[in-house]
Amino acid sequence: MNHKSSAVETTRHEQLGLTDAQVLEMYRTMLLSRRFDERGLLLQRSGKINFHVSGIGQEAAQVGSAFAFRKQHDYFLPYYRDYAFVLAVGMTVRELMLSIFAKAEDPNSAGRQMPGHFGSKRLNIVTGSSPVTTQVPHAAGIALVAKMKKQDIVTYASFGDGSSNQGDFHEGCNFAGVHKLPVVFVCENNQYAISVPYSKQVACESIADRAVGYGFPGVRVDGNDPLEVYRVTKEAHERARRGEGPTLIETVTYRISPHSTSDNDLAYRTKEEVDYHKGRDPIPRFREYLYACGVLSESVETDMEAELAGIIKEATTYADQAPFPQPEDTLKYVYGDESI
Amino acid sequence: MTTISYIDAINAAMQEELQRDENVFVLGEDVGVKGGVFGTTKGLMEQFGEERALDTPLAESAIAGVAIGAAMVGMRPIAEMQYSDFMLPATNQIISEAAKIRYRSNNDWQCPIVIRAPFGGGIFGGLYHSQCPESIFFGTPGLKIVAPSTPYDAKGLLLAAIRDEDPVLYFEHKKCYRSVTGEVPDEDYIVPIGKADVKREGDDITVITYGLTVHFALQAAEELAKEGIEAHIVDLRTLQPLDKEAILESVRRTGKVLILHEDNKTGGVGAEVSAIISEELLFELDAPIARLCGYDVPAMPISPPLEKFYMLNKDKVMEAMRKLALF
Repeated sequence: MNHKSSAVETTRHEQLGLTDAQVLEMYRTMLLSRRFDERGLLLQRSGKINFHVSGIGQEAAQVGSAFAFRKQHDYFLPYYRDYAFVLAVGMTVRELMLSIFAKAEDPNSAGRQMPGHFGSKRLNIVTGSSPVTTQVPHAAGIALVAKMKKQDIVTYASFGDGSSNQGDFHEGCNFAGVHKLPVVFVCENNQYAISVPYSKQVACESIADRAVGYGFPGVRVDGNDPLEVYRVTKEAHERARRGEGPTLIETVTYRISPHSTSDNDLAYRTKEEVDYHKGRDPIPRFREYLYACGVLSESVETDMEAELAGIIKEATTYADQAPFPQPEDTLKYVYGDESI
Repeated sequence: MTTISYIDAINAAMQEELQRDENVFVLGEDVGVKGGVFGTTKGLMEQFGEERALDTPLAESAIAGVAIGAAMVGMRPIAEMQYSDFMLPATNQIISEAAKIRYRSNNDWQCPIVIRAPFGGGIFGGLYHSQCPESIFFGTPGLKIVAPSTPYDAKGLLLAAIRDEDPVLYFEHKKCYRSVTGEVPDEDYIVPIGKADVKREGDDITVITYGLTVHFALQAAEELAKEGIEAHIVDLRTLQPLDKEAILESVRRTGKVLILHEDNKTGGVGAEVSAIISEELLFELDAPIARLCGYDVPAMPISPPLEKFYMLNKDKVMEAMRKLALF
């Protein structure tokens, strides 16, 4: 990665209009997401929670995208690995912990849904489900309303590489293309749909190539480089705001963790392969960049790690001790009219 | 009161709601310039513009999914499925998404959409333009399902559906479009979702039905009256949630019940109606619960004698009613 090599030369992030404080916040969000994710895996292994699904390795792609959007203004339809994304747009670790512990206070679903099924009207994070890619037509619908009402709102929808094979991906992209809607579709290509590798999922070289068929640009980007992801997403966001329609961004990354805590990934991929990608982990890479720029120092980093450890600890304790929903809450909110 | 056709009642409901509420819009294949393949959306694009009578790509999951997205941010979309037979590509959006959005978000998000779908046979539509798919969605909590039989109910239920806070599947019978006329009020009104309607009073037998077969039952009842058999006819109007009180009250009145629908028998709405009656009223019955429904074949064929064989009609219904009365 390039960095400031002389006093007059500007850094990459400055060229993108990002301040030192902003890139430091990007890094902090990536690290916070990682620490949360690691704790989630640990809590599952120790029997404190039933299930965890991880986004380890995809933090740069998620944070790079999120920083190009406007918090509590634009609309977000993330997918189940998007912890770093939802943290970047305002969800707290305590809220994520309440979700993985399936507690009543969980704002995503009050303990109804699996972890990673985000939703918060307060944060414009639209409720999601498990059948993948259903959110792509929803994103088109929200963007259609922004266009109809002439609102300056851009919608984000993300999904995995496997999801790009679903009919809803095609139908949603096509609809958004026909109506030139203000939406950015982000495929986080982590190379696997559970056990099935990219080569057995997709015959074309790049998911981004698929955009051609919908009449809008497709951009393939190094998903382990948050600044590059930010750059292309910002361009797509501006394109949407100008009324020029959707963009498909493919952030190429790697799923370092197994699919979920119910998956043994070494049954279908080698340790060598995983280790190779651990060597390309976006977090140490961004850390190195920030050190080179002088944004991050040992003291800043020590303070940050301590702060994040405190947040994780507090959130874990809080969520662990928080009450479960009442059993009869199962019956609530089937319809708006509770008498039905 | 004005006398209009069933299809004009549907059109009028949409026209009035588009006028009343700027958040209402219609989307689907051919709903704009053409005004719908049956003419249900005729004139809406001319009056309200292309965006509010939106011609969409031929892709039912997107029609439903886009409507769901729009509804979640405050709109009141009416999504048209050209034929209910073609709803199946949208089933995941309807069952996994629309039905569960309120529940899965603990009431944080809502999904007030209407999905209109012409259903039923008798128009030489063959296998894929004649089906009654309501039983696919019936039993999915979170959805409301209505199926009007008259212009009054068609307009009033559509107005109620558009104003409802939850997703409503609105099944409109194609055969009723132009063959059924009736009075509708000139002023604003709704038919409440979840309320059945007694279409004819009688003390000998009860017929519980919905959609086109309501008319067969009414025609048969007039003839049977000449034989001294008085039928009590209940039009469910709403299939989900079922009006249990109205069902039980009507069966209590006569002690004999025939459940009638065009959808095939096995797993149909009638099976649930029958179960409700069995659970609550078994010892008040004077005859076994009777059902007259479509045959359990995949769908109705197009060849005239085959379609005629499949479809219910006044005579088949009358025979079943008489048999029950004489039990």
